[in-house]
Amino acid sequence: MHPVLQGMITVVLGVGICIGYFYFSNQFLDKVLYPARGPNAGRNINRANMIRPWLFMGPAIFVLALYLVYPVLATLWFSLTDRDQGGAFVGLANYRQMAAEPKFLEAIRNNMLWLVVVPAMSTAFGLLAAQLTDRISWGNVAKSIIFMPMAISFVGASVIWKLIYDTRPAGADQIGVLNAIWTALGGAPQTWLTIEPWNNFLLMVVLIWIQTGFAMVILSAALRGIPEETVEAAIVDGANPFQIFFKIKVPQIMPTIVVVWTTITLVVLKVFDIVLAMTNGQWGTQVLANYMYDRMFRAFDWGVGSASAIVIMLLVTPILVWNVRNARREMR
Amino acid sequence: MTELKLTDVGKTYGGTVEVLKDINLDISTGELVVFVGPSGCGKSTLLRMIAGLERITAGALEIDGVLVNDIPPAQRGIAMVFQSYALYPHMTVYDNMAFALRIARKKDDEVRAAVTAAADKLQLSGLLDRLPKELSGGQRQRVAIGRSIVRDPKVYLFDEPLSNLDAALRVATRIEIAQLKEAMPDSTMIYVTHDQVEAMTLASRIVVLAGGGIAQVGAPLTLYERPENEFVAQFIGSPKMNLLPGRIVQTGQQTAVELDGGGRAVSDYPSNAAMQDSPVNIGVRPEDFVAAGEGAHIFSGEVNITEALGEVTLLYYTPVGGADPVIAKLQGIHPDMKHRRVALTADPSKVHVFRNGVSLLYPEGRNITVQPH
Repeated sequence: MHPVLQGMITVVLGVGICIGYFYFSNQFLDKVLYPARGPNAGRNINRANMIRPWLFMGPAIFVLALYLVYPVLATLWFSLTDRDQGGAFVGLANYRQMAAEPKFLEAIRNNMLWLVVVPAMSTAFGLLAAQLTDRISWGNVAKSIIFMPMAISFVGASVIWKLIYDTRPAGADQIGVLNAIWTALGGAPQTWLTIEPWNNFLLMVVLIWIQTGFAMVILSAALRGIPEETVEAAIVDGANPFQIFFKIKVPQIMPTIVVVWTTITLVVLKVFDIVLAMTNGQWGTQVLANYMYDRMFRAFDWGVGSASAIVIMLLVTPILVWNVRNARREMR
Repeated sequence: MTELKLTDVGKTYGGTVEVLKDINLDISTGELVVFVGPSGCGKSTLLRMIAGLERITAGALEIDGVLVNDIPPAQRGIAMVFQSYALYPHMTVYDNMAFALRIARKKDDEVRAAVTAAADKLQLSGLLDRLPKELSGGQRQRVAIGRSIVRDPKVYLFDEPLSNLDAALRVATRIEIAQLKEAMPDSTMIYVTHDQVEAMTLASRIVVLAGGGIAQVGAPLTLYERPENEFVAQFIGSPKMNLLPGRIVQTGQQTAVELDGGGRAVSDYPSNAAMQDSPVNIGVRPEDFVAAGEGAHIFSGEVNITEALGEVTLLYYTPVGGADPVIAKLQGIHPDMKHRRVALTADPSKVHVFRNGVSLLYPEGRNITVQPH
């Protein structure tokens, strides 16, 4: 069978079964199990309403359990066993081994660096872009352009930036923009991605480039939500544009800034594709996710690989919880 | 001494849409001037032009003899209280009130003194550490006023400051503003509202704006007793003044008008002989009508609806043609008026005469036409 046809059948069947499940299970509950008639109509309605949420959330809970909870528990178990010993329980030996590895420490250090730089820069640039594009006639065009990298996959973006950082031997035409500029200014061509520690920042630029659009869109909406009269009051009070921005506007959208910041932080903690595609963790650019991939699927050391996965999860979880709480408070 | 002077001020949006034109107005120190008018008449726009939040596209605005057209708001010596209060939500009451002074780089103890004094004046002393969201509507309003007081401006601008408050609070805050004005006799205030009760109770002078211009400027009771044109006559007072068409049959110190509806009215408004036979509208306020015998009436008709309010009884007559129904407001309780013919008359001193929409008292007066929107 043609794969396209297969795909279409899968989509139709999948969506149909989903709709069918919700429709018929609801019908069964209302018409057969607890019908809203007879002597116990009122009681039946109450009972049906108590069951209905579980009915509707059931599939989601099941899928989450299967694909999220089980893998987490399995990973936790793997991280405590050793493949070489046939999967025997070794306690925290994997963690101890990992903590002694320079590559792991390098990954931790780099992750922290990413954690500080990328969310800060993305949010700052996003805020700047949001404020500046709000006031100009071609602001929406500018916004679209700034937002566009969001639509590019991390790997795609990495390829684009790899070209920008590309190096040709001295004397040859530099196809990398950065080297083209560098040599035009009189420098010798550099292999940018191998220069420690600056190559880390060159990788971060890719993620900042992608995430600035996200930050800009969310912050732009927040800026528009600021009551215009508070800005006018500040004008009457004598504030200059900078004071209005930093003392009136930014404090009012602080909750949104925090949500944007933490959301980008989560992306950063999981950063993998960019490093894999551009340096594969060489020249001191290793990060946790790539380290995990390295151990798990290249060295086939599931013990240390799982241990590093657990470390990433432990780092992500508190920020995730905080983020969800902030987002909820925002919505209220 | 003229504190604030508008000369031929106009406002045009995008070069084509003219919302205000030829505004001429002198406001003296210590006055409380109220801008009223129907929605869309440009009263808020005019206030914002004085504040400096809207550009003045024609004419001149002077404050204390200084042309301020192109001077930014903060340097005009004005302070503004916004309709939504516009408190900075992330700052405490104290910080809200201190903001302007801190921007002006005043010393901390100076700021503290000014804020404390304003807070005392407005009974906000206990609330200085609160955030705006922890305050009631009336308290927020007071903070907004306090924020303008600390700046000690020459002119206070109020943009419909009471319209976000509920009815009871509005009355209380209105009285507070009146007391505040009394406590600061040297301050000039300009107050925009669409509520004529606010205008009548607060104003030393009212500016009625309509159709992009000034319909009349005067003390509240002048506008009520001697409206310049039909627009002001009907805008001030509730229910609005009845207008009845007719023609002048006798001129002189008093003017007699024979009405198209059959009645006859005599007014204390003087007229000259040239006006004989010219078509006019007479205006009588509902509260000025008194019941009369047939024959000596200004208006007679069948009562359609009555509203007994106790202190007064409102009679709504069956409308003739497409005209608004005539309304009479009789003192006391009048049972069984419904569906009866009741003839009405009024004292000659209470009968207004408008020729081409302009009162005979104002030979130089201007007619105002307002496009419905």
